[in-house]
Amino acid sequence: MSSVWLVVGLVGAGTFAIKAAGPVLLGGRPLPTRLTRVIELLGPAVLGALVAVQTFGDGQALLVDERVIGVAAAGIALWRKAPLLLVLIIAAAATALARAIV
Amino acid sequence: MEERTYRDGARAIAPIGIAAFGFGLSFGVLARTAGFGWLAPIVMSATTFAGSAQFAAASILGDGGTVAAAVTAALLLNARYGPIGVTVAPWLHGPWWSRFVHAQLVVDESWAIASQGGGRYDRRMLIGSGLLLYACWVGGTAVGSIGGEALGDPATLGLDAAFPALFLALLVPMVRSRRPLVAALLGAAIALMLTSFVPAGVPIIAAGAVCLLGLRR
Repeated sequence: MSSVWLVVGLVGAGTFAIKAAGPVLLGGRPLPTRLTRVIELLGPAVLGALVAVQTFGDGQALLVDERVIGVAAAGIALWRKAPLLLVLIIAAAATALARAIV
Repeated sequence: MEERTYRDGARAIAPIGIAAFGFGLSFGVLARTAGFGWLAPIVMSATTFAGSAQFAAASILGDGGTVAAAVTAALLLNARYGPIGVTVAPWLHGPWWSRFVHAQLVVDESWAIASQGGGRYDRRMLIGSGLLLYACWVGGTAVGSIGGEALGDPATLGLDAAFPALFLALLVPMVRSRRPLVAALLGAAIALMLTSFVPAGVPIIAAGAVCLLGLRR
Protein backbone atom coordinates (compact mmCIF):
# COMPACT_ATOMS: atom_id res chain seq x y z
CA MET A 1 0.00 0.00 0.00
CA SER A 2 1.32 3.43 -0.87
CA SER A 3 2.16 5.91 1.88
CA VAL A 4 -0.60 8.26 0.69
CA TRP A 5 -3.32 5.68 1.36
CA LEU A 6 -1.73 4.71 4.67
CA VAL A 7 -1.87 8.36 5.77
CA VAL A 8 -5.47 8.73 4.57
CA GLY A 9 -6.51 5.63 6.55
CA LEU A 10 -4.62 6.42 9.75
CA VAL A 11 -5.58 10.11 9.92
CA GLY A 12 -9.20 9.15 9.22
CA ALA A 13 -9.29 6.49 11.94
CA GLY A 14 -7.51 8.72 14.47
CA THR A 15 -9.86 11.63 13.81
CA PHE A 16 -12.92 9.34 14.14
CA ALA A 17 -11.64 8.27 17.55
CA ILE A 18 -10.80 11.79 18.79
CA LYS A 19 -14.17 13.21 17.73
CA ALA A 20 -16.14 10.32 19.22
CA ALA A 21 -14.23 10.14 22.51
CA GLY A 22 -16.21 12.88 24.28
CA PRO A 23 -19.76 11.91 23.27
CA VAL A 24 -19.30 8.11 23.40
CA LEU A 25 -16.95 7.56 26.35
CA LEU A 26 -17.13 10.62 28.60
CA GLY A 27 -20.86 11.32 28.19
CA GLY A 28 -20.72 14.86 29.55
CA ARG A 29 -18.03 14.72 32.23
CA PRO A 30 -15.65 17.69 31.85
CA LEU A 31 -11.92 17.42 31.07
CA PRO A 32 -9.37 18.79 33.58
CA THR A 33 -8.80 22.53 32.95
CA ARG A 34 -5.01 22.12 32.68
CA LEU A 35 -5.40 19.52 29.92
CA THR A 36 -7.82 21.76 28.00
CA ARG A 37 -5.41 24.68 28.21
CA VAL A 38 -2.54 22.59 26.87
CA ILE A 39 -4.65 21.29 23.97
CA GLU A 40 -5.79 24.84 23.10
CA LEU A 41 -2.17 25.83 22.40
CA LEU A 42 -1.46 22.84 20.13
CA GLY A 43 -3.29 24.45 17.18
CA PRO A 44 -1.37 27.77 17.19
CA ALA A 45 2.00 26.05 17.82
CA VAL A 46 1.64 23.49 15.00
CA LEU A 47 0.12 25.99 12.52
CA GLY A 48 2.89 28.53 13.28
CA ALA A 49 5.46 25.83 12.52
CA LEU A 50 3.69 24.89 9.28
CA VAL A 51 3.60 28.52 8.09
CA ALA A 52 7.35 28.88 8.76
CA VAL A 53 8.46 25.57 7.21
CA GLN A 54 6.22 25.88 4.15
CA THR A 55 7.46 29.45 3.54
CA PHE A 56 11.21 28.94 4.09
CA GLY A 57 11.83 25.20 3.92
CA ASP A 58 13.32 23.48 0.87
CA GLY A 59 13.90 19.87 1.86
CA GLN A 60 16.49 20.01 4.65
CA ALA A 61 17.61 23.54 3.73
CA LEU A 62 16.16 26.96 4.45
CA LEU A 63 15.65 29.24 1.50
CA VAL A 64 14.20 32.71 0.94
CA ASP A 65 12.50 32.72 -2.47
CA GLU A 66 9.36 34.02 -4.22
CA ARG A 67 7.08 32.20 -1.75
CA VAL A 68 7.81 34.95 0.80
CA ILE A 69 6.19 37.50 -1.52
CA GLY A 70 3.10 35.30 -1.86
CA VAL A 71 2.77 34.75 1.90
CA ALA A 72 3.26 38.48 2.57
CA ALA A 73 0.55 39.28 0.01
CA ALA A 74 -1.71 36.71 1.73
CA GLY A 75 -1.03 38.41 5.06
CA ILE A 76 -2.18 41.76 3.64
CA ALA A 77 -5.27 40.13 2.12
CA LEU A 78 -6.13 38.50 5.48
CA TRP A 79 -5.67 41.83 7.23
CA ARG A 80 -8.12 43.32 4.69
CA LYS A 81 -10.52 40.49 5.62
CA ALA A 82 -10.53 38.88 2.15
CA PRO A 83 -12.32 35.48 1.85
CA LEU A 84 -10.12 32.37 2.06
CA LEU A 85 -10.20 31.35 -1.61
CA LEU A 86 -9.24 34.89 -2.66
CA VAL A 87 -6.35 34.88 -0.14
CA LEU A 88 -4.99 31.65 -1.69
CA ILE A 89 -5.35 32.96 -5.23
CA ILE A 90 -3.55 36.20 -4.27
CA ALA A 91 -0.69 34.22 -2.65
CA ALA A 92 -0.27 31.98 -5.72
CA ALA A 93 -0.61 34.87 -8.19
CA ALA A 94 1.95 37.08 -6.36
CA THR A 95 4.46 34.21 -6.27
CA ALA A 96 3.85 33.27 -9.91
CA LEU A 97 4.25 36.92 -10.95
CA ALA A 98 7.51 37.29 -9.01
CA ARG A 99 8.86 34.09 -10.65
CA ALA A 100 7.85 35.30 -14.11
CA ILE A 101 9.67 38.63 -13.62
CA VAL A 102 12.90 37.29 -12.07
CA MET B 1 -37.97 29.56 22.34
CA GLU B 2 -39.15 28.12 19.01
CA GLU B 3 -38.02 24.58 18.24
CA ARG B 4 -35.03 24.50 15.87
CA THR B 5 -34.97 22.12 12.88
CA TYR B 6 -32.21 20.47 10.85
CA ARG B 7 -33.10 22.91 8.07
CA ASP B 8 -32.49 25.90 10.38
CA GLY B 9 -28.98 24.57 10.94
CA ALA B 10 -28.35 24.13 7.22
CA ARG B 11 -29.72 27.62 6.47
CA ALA B 12 -27.62 29.27 9.18
CA ILE B 13 -24.40 27.69 7.88
CA ALA B 14 -25.11 28.23 4.13
CA PRO B 15 -22.76 31.26 3.69
CA ILE B 16 -19.96 29.32 5.39
CA GLY B 17 -20.86 26.34 3.17
CA ILE B 18 -19.76 28.33 0.13
CA ALA B 19 -16.43 29.05 1.85
CA ALA B 20 -16.12 25.35 2.78
CA PHE B 21 -16.60 24.44 -0.89
CA GLY B 22 -13.74 26.79 -1.83
CA PHE B 23 -11.60 25.41 1.01
CA GLY B 24 -12.33 21.85 -0.19
CA LEU B 25 -11.51 22.87 -3.74
CA SER B 26 -8.12 24.21 -2.67
CA PHE B 27 -7.45 20.98 -0.74
CA GLY B 28 -8.24 18.96 -3.87
CA VAL B 29 -5.86 21.06 -5.99
CA LEU B 30 -3.02 21.26 -3.43
CA ALA B 31 -3.18 17.60 -2.33
CA ARG B 32 -2.80 16.71 -5.98
CA THR B 33 0.36 18.81 -6.25
CA ALA B 34 1.63 16.95 -3.14
CA GLY B 35 1.33 13.64 -5.05
CA PHE B 36 -2.05 12.41 -3.75
CA GLY B 37 -3.58 11.66 -7.17
CA TRP B 38 -7.29 12.43 -7.70
CA LEU B 39 -9.05 9.80 -5.56
CA ALA B 40 -7.13 9.94 -2.26
CA PRO B 41 -8.01 13.64 -1.57
CA ILE B 42 -11.74 12.87 -2.00
CA VAL B 43 -11.58 9.77 0.25
CA MET B 44 -9.63 11.76 2.83
CA SER B 45 -12.17 14.61 2.89
CA ALA B 46 -15.01 12.09 3.23
CA THR B 47 -13.38 10.17 6.09
CA THR B 48 -11.40 12.83 7.99
CA PHE B 49 -13.56 15.98 7.51
CA ALA B 50 -11.07 18.33 9.22
CA GLY B 51 -9.35 20.79 6.91
CA SER B 52 -6.21 21.87 8.74
CA ALA B 53 -5.18 18.28 9.56
CA GLN B 54 -5.65 17.18 5.97
CA PHE B 55 -3.55 20.06 4.63
CA ALA B 56 -0.84 19.34 7.20
CA ALA B 57 -0.66 15.65 6.28
CA ALA B 58 -0.58 16.43 2.55
CA SER B 59 2.12 19.11 2.88
CA ILE B 60 4.42 16.92 5.02
CA LEU B 61 4.12 13.93 2.66
CA GLY B 62 4.68 16.29 -0.28
CA ASP B 63 7.90 17.50 1.38
CA GLY B 64 9.16 13.92 1.63
CA GLY B 65 8.20 13.39 5.30
CA THR B 66 7.39 9.94 6.66
CA VAL B 67 3.91 8.48 7.16
CA ALA B 68 4.42 8.65 10.94
CA ALA B 69 5.33 12.37 10.82
CA ALA B 70 2.35 13.23 8.59
CA VAL B 71 -0.14 11.27 10.73
CA THR B 72 1.20 12.63 14.05
CA ALA B 73 1.10 16.28 12.91
CA ALA B 74 -2.46 15.84 11.58
CA LEU B 75 -3.68 14.26 14.82
CA LEU B 76 -2.02 17.00 16.93
CA LEU B 77 -4.07 19.53 14.95
CA ASN B 78 -7.23 17.48 15.53
CA ALA B 79 -6.60 17.13 19.27
CA ARG B 80 -8.83 20.17 19.81
CA TYR B 81 -11.83 18.02 18.83
CA GLY B 82 -11.35 16.12 22.09
CA PRO B 83 -12.40 19.06 24.34
CA ILE B 84 -14.90 20.27 21.71
CA GLY B 85 -16.55 16.82 21.69
CA VAL B 86 -16.79 16.96 25.46
CA THR B 87 -18.76 20.25 25.30
CA VAL B 88 -21.44 18.82 22.97
CA ALA B 89 -21.59 15.38 24.60
CA PRO B 90 -24.50 16.15 27.00
CA TRP B 91 -26.73 17.26 24.09
CA LEU B 92 -26.22 14.20 21.87
CA HIS B 93 -28.44 11.39 23.09
CA GLY B 94 -29.43 7.97 21.77
CA PRO B 95 -27.43 4.75 21.43
CA TRP B 96 -23.63 4.89 21.23
CA TRP B 97 -23.52 4.38 17.46
CA SER B 98 -25.79 7.37 16.87
CA ARG B 99 -23.66 9.55 19.17
CA PHE B 100 -20.59 8.24 17.32
CA VAL B 101 -22.02 9.28 13.91
CA HIS B 102 -23.26 12.68 15.11
CA ALA B 103 -19.90 13.40 16.76
CA GLN B 104 -18.25 13.13 13.32
CA LEU B 105 -20.31 16.12 12.12
CA VAL B 106 -18.69 18.36 14.72
CA VAL B 107 -16.23 20.77 13.08
CA ASP B 108 -15.27 24.25 14.25
CA GLU B 109 -18.01 25.96 12.21
CA SER B 110 -20.95 23.62 12.99
CA TRP B 111 -19.95 23.72 16.65
CA ALA B 112 -20.06 27.53 16.65
CA ILE B 113 -23.46 27.63 14.86
CA ALA B 114 -25.00 25.09 17.27
CA SER B 115 -23.89 27.02 20.36
CA GLN B 116 -26.90 28.48 22.20
CA GLY B 117 -24.79 30.27 24.83
CA GLY B 118 -24.14 29.24 28.41
CA GLY B 119 -22.61 25.92 27.37
CA ARG B 120 -25.84 24.73 25.68
CA TYR B 121 -25.78 23.17 22.20
CA ASP B 122 -28.68 22.51 19.81
CA ARG B 123 -28.44 18.96 18.45
CA ARG B 124 -30.52 19.60 15.30
CA MET B 125 -28.59 22.79 14.44
CA LEU B 126 -25.37 20.81 14.83
CA ILE B 127 -26.50 17.94 12.59
CA GLY B 128 -28.18 20.14 9.95
CA SER B 129 -25.20 22.51 9.63
CA GLY B 130 -22.67 19.65 9.85
CA LEU B 131 -24.33 17.72 7.00
CA LEU B 132 -24.38 20.74 4.69
CA LEU B 133 -20.73 21.55 5.47
CA TYR B 134 -19.79 17.91 4.85
CA ALA B 135 -21.45 17.93 1.41
CA CYS B 136 -19.72 21.23 0.49
CA TRP B 137 -16.31 20.05 1.76
CA VAL B 138 -16.34 16.69 -0.05
CA GLY B 139 -17.93 18.19 -3.20
CA GLY B 140 -15.35 21.00 -3.32
CA THR B 141 -12.51 18.50 -2.88
CA ALA B 142 -13.84 16.39 -5.77
CA VAL B 143 -14.05 19.42 -8.09
CA GLY B 144 -10.53 20.53 -7.08
CA SER B 145 -8.80 17.16 -7.37
CA ILE B 146 -10.49 16.10 -10.62
CA GLY B 147 -10.42 19.56 -12.21
CA GLY B 148 -6.92 20.28 -10.91
CA GLU B 149 -5.45 18.13 -13.67
CA ALA B 150 -6.32 20.88 -16.16
CA LEU B 151 -4.01 23.26 -14.27
CA GLY B 152 -0.40 23.49 -15.37
CA ASP B 153 2.89 23.23 -13.45
CA PRO B 154 2.24 23.97 -9.71
CA ALA B 155 5.46 25.99 -9.23
CA THR B 156 4.83 28.20 -12.27
CA LEU B 157 1.35 28.91 -10.89
CA GLY B 158 2.79 29.75 -7.45
CA LEU B 159 0.71 26.99 -5.80
CA ASP B 160 3.59 26.16 -3.43
CA ALA B 161 2.93 29.55 -1.78
CA ALA B 162 -0.76 28.70 -1.34
CA PHE B 163 0.11 26.07 1.33
CA PRO B 164 1.78 28.49 3.81
CA ALA B 165 -0.87 31.14 2.97
CA LEU B 166 -3.55 28.64 3.94
CA PHE B 167 -1.90 27.78 7.26
CA LEU B 168 -1.55 31.51 7.94
CA ALA B 169 -5.27 32.00 7.24
CA LEU B 170 -6.15 29.22 9.72
CA LEU B 171 -3.74 30.63 12.31
CA VAL B 172 -4.85 34.28 12.32
CA PRO B 173 -8.23 33.79 14.11
CA MET B 174 -6.49 31.64 16.77
CA VAL B 175 -3.92 34.25 17.87
CA ARG B 176 -6.15 37.07 19.06
CA SER B 177 -4.68 36.87 22.58
CA ARG B 178 -1.11 36.86 23.86
CA ARG B 179 -0.58 33.24 24.91
CA PRO B 180 -1.57 31.58 21.59
CA LEU B 181 0.43 34.25 19.71
CA VAL B 182 3.54 33.40 21.73
CA ALA B 183 2.88 29.68 21.09
CA ALA B 184 2.65 30.30 17.32
CA LEU B 185 5.88 32.34 17.20
CA LEU B 186 7.80 29.84 19.34
CA GLY B 187 6.45 26.97 17.24
CA ALA B 188 7.67 28.70 14.07
CA ALA B 189 11.11 29.40 15.57
CA ILE B 190 11.60 25.83 16.82
CA ALA B 191 10.53 24.34 13.47
CA LEU B 192 12.94 26.56 11.50
CA MET B 193 15.84 25.78 13.83
CA LEU B 194 15.27 22.01 13.51
CA THR B 195 14.66 21.87 9.75
CA SER B 196 18.30 21.29 8.78
CA PHE B 197 18.89 18.56 11.39
CA VAL B 198 15.88 16.21 11.35
CA PRO B 199 13.71 14.61 8.60
CA ALA B 200 10.78 16.55 7.08
CA GLY B 201 7.68 16.71 9.29
CA VAL B 202 9.56 16.15 12.55
CA PRO B 203 10.10 19.94 13.16
CA ILE B 204 6.31 20.40 12.97
CA ILE B 205 5.69 17.75 15.63
CA ALA B 206 8.48 19.09 17.86
CA ALA B 207 6.90 22.55 17.67
CA GLY B 208 3.76 21.02 19.19
CA ALA B 209 5.64 20.69 22.49
CA VAL B 210 5.20 24.45 22.89
CA CYS B 211 1.63 23.66 24.04
CA LEU B 212 3.12 22.75 27.43
CA LEU B 213 3.17 26.52 28.03
CA GLY B 214 -0.49 25.96 28.88
CA LEU B 215 0.63 24.37 32.17
CA ARG B 216 1.92 27.76 33.35
CA ARG B 217 -0.58 30.02 35.03
